[in-house]
Amino acid sequence: MIVSFTLILLAQLVGEAMAKASGLPVPGPVVGMALLLLFLVLRDRAPRRAERILPPPLVDGNLERSGKGLLANLSLMFIPAGAGIVGRLDVLEAHGVALACVVVVSTLATLTATALTFVAVKRWVAPGDRP
Amino acid sequence: MTGDFALWVYLSRTPLLWLTVTLMVYAVADRIATATNRHPLANPVVVAIILMACVLKLTGTPYPTYFEGAQFVHFLLGPATVALAIPLYEYRATVIRSLAPMLAALVVGSVVALISAITLGSAFGIPHDVIVALVPKSVTTGVAMGIAQNLGGDPTLAAVLVMLTGMTGGILVTPLMNLLRIRDMRARGFAAGLAAHGVGTARAFQVNEVAGAFAGIALGLNAFITAILAPLAVTFLR
Repeated sequence: MIVSFTLILLAQLVGEAMAKASGLPVPGPVVGMALLLLFLVLRDRAPRRAERILPPPLVDGNLERSGKGLLANLSLMFIPAGAGIVGRLDVLEAHGVALACVVVVSTLATLTATALTFVAVKRWVAPGDRP
Repeated sequence: MTGDFALWVYLSRTPLLWLTVTLMVYAVADRIATATNRHPLANPVVVAIILMACVLKLTGTPYPTYFEGAQFVHFLLGPATVALAIPLYEYRATVIRSLAPMLAALVVGSVVALISAITLGSAFGIPHDVIVALVPKSVTTGVAMGIAQNLGGDPTLAAVLVMLTGMTGGILVTPLMNLLRIRDMRARGFAAGLAAHGVGTARAFQVNEVAGAFAGIALGLNAFITAILAPLAVTFLR
């Protein structure tokens, strides 16, 4: 688990450095996600060599289990920031009701437009494609 | 100072207390969610945040004291984002097959998010500087705060609106998709991640791993495209 976590942190660290250096509007962890993806692709290109060189947790499924363990508890990680937001609801002040309406309607519109476009284009390019 | 109070004063200053309380609140919220068969209204993010805010209010704990302990949990958001590569890689064949629908949904979804926020905001008579903080509301917090600041908005207000949008999307996505009769988990997940960033992605992972993988992609891509499109969209405001 420690080795897997080290690799994930290393990807994030390099990702943060690349995001900062490039000045692009991408969060460091998202660059880290791309780097971990690259690692997985390269690892499975040469599985035998990977098994010889890499520490066992990175090739025996431990990395996958650790990562999925984090993702299964993604809800947990929003608690600290969310609890802080509750204390700052005063910034909504005068426009509270109007802002709440805009947030709800705009979120519904965005969800609908995204999902319907996805389904429509999928039917158009690959009519037989079932999920 | 009585003995009990001295103990409380000691414990409330260590990160251990608030880290443990955060994990306990999550365990309770998750238990409620499973007991209600993961009902959309029992969204663990929403329930846990409300519970946590109540505990802080009742104990009169200042947020910085709480965050000393909770920061360890908050920190994990970064590694969890990196870990999105794992389901993405696992379902790579499905992802590559869905490249065209994904890109089309990305463009349409992010434009609708921006334009609906601006037009509805104007229609409700919300002042210009507040609308600017509303514009990046579907994007992950860090990027949204940056976008709002660049456009001359208040980053704290942007963060509050981002979190409210995430919770709204996390609650509404399942009933809305059922209403629209969209059963494709790729479309459902992608919409959740695009409209409601990480909170939508957390919801998607609870429902289905494919939905989670697609939500993760949408979260990353939407941060990027909104950062480019938001300054353009705001020019329509004047």
